[in-house]
This record gives sequence, structure tokens and C-alpha cells, in this order.
Amino acid sequence: MLRVSLYRYNPEVDDEPYMQDIEFDTGGKDLMVLDVLEMIKGDDPSLAFRRSCREGVCGSDGLNINGKNGLACITPLSEVVKKGALVVRPLPGLPVVRDLVVDMTLFYQQYEKVQPYLINNTPPPAIERLQSPEEREKLDGLYECILCACCSTSCPSFWWNPDRFIGPAGLLQAYRFLADSRDTATDERLARLDDPFSVFRCHGIQNCVAVCPKGLNPTRAIGHIRNMLLQRAT
Amino acid sequence: MVTSVTSLGRSGLYDWLLQRVSAVVLLAWFVCIGGTILGAPELTFVYWKSVFSGTAMRIFTLLALVSLFAHAWVGMWSVVTDYLTERMMGPRAVVLRLTVQVVCVIVLFSYVVWGVQILWGN
Repeated sequence: MLRVSLYRYNPEVDDEPYMQDIEFDTGGKDLMVLDVLEMIKGDDPSLAFRRSCREGVCGSDGLNINGKNGLACITPLSEVVKKGALVVRPLPGLPVVRDLVVDMTLFYQQYEKVQPYLINNTPPPAIERLQSPEEREKLDGLYECILCACCSTSCPSFWWNPDRFIGPAGLLQAYRFLADSRDTATDERLARLDDPFSVFRCHGIQNCVAVCPKGLNPTRAIGHIRNMLLQRAT
Repeated sequence: MVTSVTSLGRSGLYDWLLQRVSAVVLLAWFVCIGGTILGAPELTFVYWKSVFSGTAMRIFTLLALVSLFAHAWVGMWSVVTDYLTERMMGPRAVVLRLTVQVVCVIVLFSYVVWGVQILWGN
């Protein structure tokens, strides 16, 4: 039997959040955490959580599972359960809408700040803007981000300053466009980042690297941004 | 772009670079002092005074003091803007934050002046 502890909060009914303990029979199978949540929801439809693709592509079901952020759909119980207990909480640092669902507005606002799209005002060629294989290679490890928010919500700097620090997810995308040979707004992008909060709140503790379900390295991308800022200013 | 008038250099990059450079200076100074203590035949007041009477050591020590000033300002500024914020404690945070920042700067400035007094005193 698995002892499941779920963070529950319905602002229309509850005065404050509480943990609901449930005894769950896995049938001896190594289920994914999402499977467990789905089965519990089968018995109790009032449980709220986000999910969509259930295969680690959409990034909807980012949760805090036994103290570590991850995607419930690709996290097997064998990887996280210790002493027969599974504790599931919403992503830390963001306001809870209900149960395991958080309000991602702050996260998206930071993402929006980095202008996550190609800026190039030169006349477009007839077919497409070409890149060499080497130039394209620079985007590997950056474009794969699915914006699940596991990294940013595991970052203490983002917890304290979610309105001023862009956070690992946003900064990974900032570098994705700084590194793109087709983008011509490098200077403008760097100028927007050179303040004491947007980039420099990162103290390199690498929580983001430890939790990224896609195996990406935002800390390295942030280091590249710092180097670009340094190159531009010295 | 997030602006701030209480950070040391007003620029994230400037503060970041200053903190790294000052950290290296402080490390070098502590290694130097450690070596001086370990290499001393006998640690007496006369020996200690002679170490700090050389111009090079005085310059190095003053540099370390100024580095400490800059390093601590950047560090303490980061700490107070993390924890003493309106998000964490409401509107009164601005008064508390500014007060702590001013106290930090006064304490650091006093250390520098006091250090100069010791270095160049009799």
C-alpha cells in the first residue's frame, strides 16, 4: 500500500490549505505519479490538477513530488517514493488556484519579457532565412523547453522576486534567441537584461538543472548571457 | 529592465563583476595574511607592526578593506531585496529595507575609515 498525501485547497470552501492522506493500492505496479492522481480523481472528482499529453511533452502537470519538482506523467513511483510515502504539492512559489493547480501568470509575464520570438527587420528572403548546421547546433539544449515551470518554481531567487527576476525558464529562452543567427536584436535584448534583477539574481545554485524534466541546463545559458553582457560592456 | 537606486553600481553586470573581483582580492589578502602568520618566527606586536609598516602591505590591506566594502554592499543588498520586500511583508517593507541598507552602508564605511586609522596610526 502507498500512503499518498495530497495538498488540497478549494478557496470557495476551505479557510486554508490542508494535506489529505489516502491509502492507495498500486497493485504491485510501478505506476507514474499521474496515474495515481488519475485513479484518486476517479474516486474523488473534486481533486483538481492539470494534465494533457501524459507523456512529458505538453508540460501541464509540473508538480512538487516528494519535495522535488517534476512532471507527474513521466515520474515513476519507484523514482520518488521513499518509505512507502508519496507527497504531492503544487509547484512552490506561485499562487494556488485550487488543489494542485497554480496561477502561472507571473511565470508567463517573465517569459513575455524576453520577447521569445525571432526579431529580424531585414527583408525576408524568398523562401526562408537559412542557417548553417553549426549555427543551428547552437540552439540545441535551448529550444526543447516545454515551459512546465519546474525550474523557475524550484529557484529561491524566483520565489522571492517573481516579478523582477526572469527566472531560469525565461532566461533559457532569452539565450535561445540571443544565440540564434537569424535574430538581429541582440543588442536590444542584452540592454533589456542589464539590471540588478533580471539576470543577476541567479546565484548559480543549479536547482533548475537538477529538476528540469527535459535535462536542459538553464544555469549554463545564464552564464552565456552574462558573458555576452560582459563582452558588450567591457 | 528593472531599475534600482540602492544597488552599488546601478547595473547588474557592474555589481556582479565587482563582487567577483573583490572576492579574488579578499581571498588573496587572506592567503597573504595566513602566510604571514604561519611564516612568523614569533608572533609579537613588533613583528606584526613591521608587517603593516610597509607601503605595499598597506596598499594591499586598504584594497582588501575597499573590496570588503563593495563585496558586502552587493551581498547585503541582495539579501535585503530578497527577504525585506513588499511581497513578503507588505508596505512597511520599504522603510525597513531602506533602514537596513543605510545601516549596512554606515557600518561598512566606518570599518573602512577605522581600518585606515589603524593602518596609518602609530
